[in-house]
Amino acid sequence: MEAVNKENVLILAIESSCDETAASVVKNGREVLSNVISSQIDLHKLYGGVVPEIASRKHIEKINQVIQEALDTAETTLDEIDAVGVTYGPGLVGALLVGVAEAKAIAYAKGLPLVGVHHIEGHISANYIENRDLEPPFLCLVVSGGHTHLVCVRDYGKYEVIGRTRDDAAGEAFDKVARAIGLGYPGGPKIDKLSREGNPDAISFPHAHIEGAPYDFSFSGVKSAVLNYINGCRMKDIEYHTADIAASFQKAVTDVLVDNAMRAAGEYRFSKLAIAGGVASNSALRAAMKKACKERDIEFYYPSPILCTDNAAMIGAAAYYEYLAGTRHGWDLNAVPNLKLGER
Amino acid sequence: MQILAIDSSALVASVAIVEDDGKAGAKTLAEYTVNHRKTHSQTLLPMLDEIVKMTEFSLEGLDAIAVAGGPGSFTGLRIGSATAKGLGLALGKPLIHIPTLEALAYNLWGTDGIVCPIMDARRNQVYTGIYEFVDGKLGTLMRQTAMGIEELAEKLCVYDREINFLGDGVLVHRENLEKSLMAGKRIRFAPAHMAYQRAASVGALALEYFREGRTETAAEHKPDYLRPSQAERERAQREKAAKESAGEVS
Repeated sequence: MEAVNKENVLILAIESSCDETAASVVKNGREVLSNVISSQIDLHKLYGGVVPEIASRKHIEKINQVIQEALDTAETTLDEIDAVGVTYGPGLVGALLVGVAEAKAIAYAKGLPLVGVHHIEGHISANYIENRDLEPPFLCLVVSGGHTHLVCVRDYGKYEVIGRTRDDAAGEAFDKVARAIGLGYPGGPKIDKLSREGNPDAISFPHAHIEGAPYDFSFSGVKSAVLNYINGCRMKDIEYHTADIAASFQKAVTDVLVDNAMRAAGEYRFSKLAIAGGVASNSALRAAMKKACKERDIEFYYPSPILCTDNAAMIGAAAYYEYLAGTRHGWDLNAVPNLKLGER
Repeated sequence: MQILAIDSSALVASVAIVEDDGKAGAKTLAEYTVNHRKTHSQTLLPMLDEIVKMTEFSLEGLDAIAVAGGPGSFTGLRIGSATAKGLGLALGKPLIHIPTLEALAYNLWGTDGIVCPIMDARRNQVYTGIYEFVDGKLGTLMRQTAMGIEELAEKLCVYDREINFLGDGVLVHRENLEKSLMAGKRIRFAPAHMAYQRAASVGALALEYFREGRTETAAEHKPDYLRPSQAERERAQREKAAKESAGEVS
């Protein structure tokens, strides 16, 4: 393994695990020199969700332009890059494969080290970018369309997942409820916006807590309760207020997320808590978590919305610490759609 | 002229380096072909690394990177394409997009008769094309497409020439062709060393393409699947059905 004694380490990072083709150049894990995201969302809207084959096709069409733009915006070239970081799981296998094959070929052609990154490790590491003072240990709640994890970040690259969803991810529940009340895809931002006009205490939706697993989540119950409520109103011909439904549903979900996070922070004695993932840009979650942390004297960290969504800057941040720790992947690196956090 | 060639369009994974010094003629410097398991994501780049090391080859000296651009397994095509695109981007080299069926036909270069590669395309179809060699050049009688084997047999029956089949579609359709669809016709099946995808064929044909200036940038390149995705196909059907029922109403 080559010794890392350079003053500055530049990482080219590539992310293609779902429906965003993204590339970024990150300096020393914390300074983002470029963060290019080509979103396919308008394409997938036609189908009410991400279509894996279409996502893979779009990735291969865009990936070179996205990488080139990331290098150009950072005013650098591959000759200045020290390592290539890439998301190799979890995610859609066909989508991941495009980024992995591309990253491997670039690293191979330039003789650069290749660092495979776990997508969730990327989301967690997004917090390092805007919070230069944040260092492990801390507790991190990762909430997105595909993931709901409560993670103890013991050190850089050292994670312990203490809670996870038993069924739907939080973001998935947002999408499904949004569809039911006619908001369309993607549901998260739309429910967030509509909720501002509604009363969060109008309807009491269930708050699922799992017996014997205090940090696990379940969102299929609250989702079904919303659907039942709507059906009930329709059958009785009662008018229902979508804004109240959105706000009440959102409150039920954020209450559980905050409750479990606070219980874990207390039990494990964390003085720092971060949130990450697409749902981390939800304004109600941010506000509730901020308030709860303040009451308990816990330092609260959260990335800006652009770093909450899938992006490559966060992969660059994670790759930097993996690179320092000596993580190097071979030319046989494969996409691993169900990669577990902390596994190699 | 030196070209790196890649074919990962089906079960075979293959990489080759071909060169032409413009005097003595062209040669395959190295070729590595595996027809075993479809683990191209794990095997393709290590295979390339192996032949580069063994031939002490400098990638900087390449003129272009050629890739079998489709049709084929959607994922397989993208692994080959993304590898070629990454190499092209990093090395600043152009790409050459070789239609998969043309490269397969080139396995049988110089054949006196018709060359008909068939790839198993599932859903009761084959990916195929109809080719011949005229003065040592590949000529296209039918461009590559997806169709049923019966329809292909009908098209082939108009030719009063020997027909040479190759490709992994033979494994599925040989008996039907011999005993039924093409019974009584002059047909032959390629032997093991030339029946499947070989990057050396992609590279040899790419030398021709390169001379004719048929290159593209690494950014431009994308696979040619010959088929829309299932979701797009179903959506088109739904829209067509909706349009038809709307037409009936009005």
